Amino acid sequence: MSIRITIDGHEVIAQHGDRLVDVAADNGVYIPTLCYQRGKPCLGTCRACSVRVNGNVMAACTVPVSDGMEVEVNEPEVADMRKALVELLFAEGNHNCPSCEKSGRCELQAVGYEVGMMVSRFPYRFPVRERETAPEKLWLERDRCIFCQRCVEFVRDKETGRKIFSIDHRGTHASIEVDVALANKMPDEQVREAAELCPVGCIIEKGLGYNDPIGRRKFEIKSIRERALKRKHK
Amino acid sequence: MSSTEKHEIASHELPATPLDPETQAARDEKIQVAMIGLCGCWGCTLSFLDMDENLLRLLEKVTITRSSLTDVKRIPHRCAIGFVEGGVANDENIETLEHFRENCDILISVGACAVWGGVPAMRNVVPLEECFEEAYLDVPTTEPDSEPRIPYHPDLPKITTKVYPCHEVVKMDYFIPGCPPDGEAIFKVLDDLVNGREVELPTSINRYD
Repeated sequence: MSIRITIDGHEVIAQHGDRLVDVAADNGVYIPTLCYQRGKPCLGTCRACSVRVNGNVMAACTVPVSDGMEVEVNEPEVADMRKALVELLFAEGNHNCPSCEKSGRCELQAVGYEVGMMVSRFPYRFPVRERETAPEKLWLERDRCIFCQRCVEFVRDKETGRKIFSIDHRGTHASIEVDVALANKMPDEQVREAAELCPVGCIIEKGLGYNDPIGRRKFEIKSIRERALKRKHK
Repeated sequence: MSSTEKHEIASHELPATPLDPETQAARDEKIQVAMIGLCGCWGCTLSFLDMDENLLRLLEKVTITRSSLTDVKRIPHRCAIGFVEGGVANDENIETLEHFRENCDILISVGACAVWGGVPAMRNVVPLEECFEEAYLDVPTTEPDSEPRIPYHPDLPKITTKVYPCHEVVKMDYFIPGCPPDGEAIFKVLDDLVNGREVELPTSINRYD
């Protein structure tokens, strides 16, 4: 059923029940996302896509559109709120872009640029998190995990369907874990997919890194905004 | 750092030949910029030179007082803009940064180290004692017959337990991330400032690495 909603005062036509974040992208309005991927089930963990819907702040990936909805995306206060959420992620872990294998193809970094982050307004915490190097083909650089749960939900053992990654504990003690036996069974392409899926440089494929020269890296060739807006055709 | 020996003279206390009045008058009219590197690698200062011909455009309006480029080691008089590279990793850094805050109208954190600590802040997840042991005691490059020890002298700056971003020590007004930021990004911010525009670093030239 065709419905009408407004995004930043502009009326757009959408299908009832479509996800707000997709509707916005289809109409040329970029909303940053870190956990959400178009075509995959919504996780709603990162909140980077927060917008105001009929006056309430909601994560745009979790909102099915309905007729008459009034959405504010680029209103300064809500835009600053999204920026603050990204700044929190940078303050919470150790995101050392200059020394990171994922730099230039990191979604967190790319979203940082899009929200215009220069510095985090929150004190940098410098947490101590041990890296997990036991699996044969990959390792976890836990400093960089933002707990989006993409790997937890979408990377599964091909045979049994069991989860390979999990999150242990809660709050400041939360830690991304990997089932080493299952990880060692992962075919090479699945390892690569998992590393690609990770929006930061936490899941890293062993023996690979810094392969693309500066200026030729993923988001330098095409920005995350262009990529999000380009996927218009369903 | 204050000198412990009374007979020592700092370089800025030495007699200097004054500039010819015309050059001095032309400089006095310009916007005064002071530059400093704290705990960093001076890469951001090199990036400042990467402005290339834009540097000439900028120098029509600004003059650089204290900096590693001019070899002036103190801020001679109040400056409009302070360009700060590097994070805070010892007590001398704190003293220098506070001196800059007191003597500059605007302070800019330039580069990853100034903005959040950068590469030196990688030691923040290791206790300071272990850092010293690794650097001075367990280091494979010590002289075979020497007894390895952690250097200590009143004239040596005292290392802080953690490396801090500049804005956790004094108020910083603007931030240019990057390791180092491109000359283009440094020029954009300085050009906005000297021309009285609102400072804006566009997404296209904002870099964290």
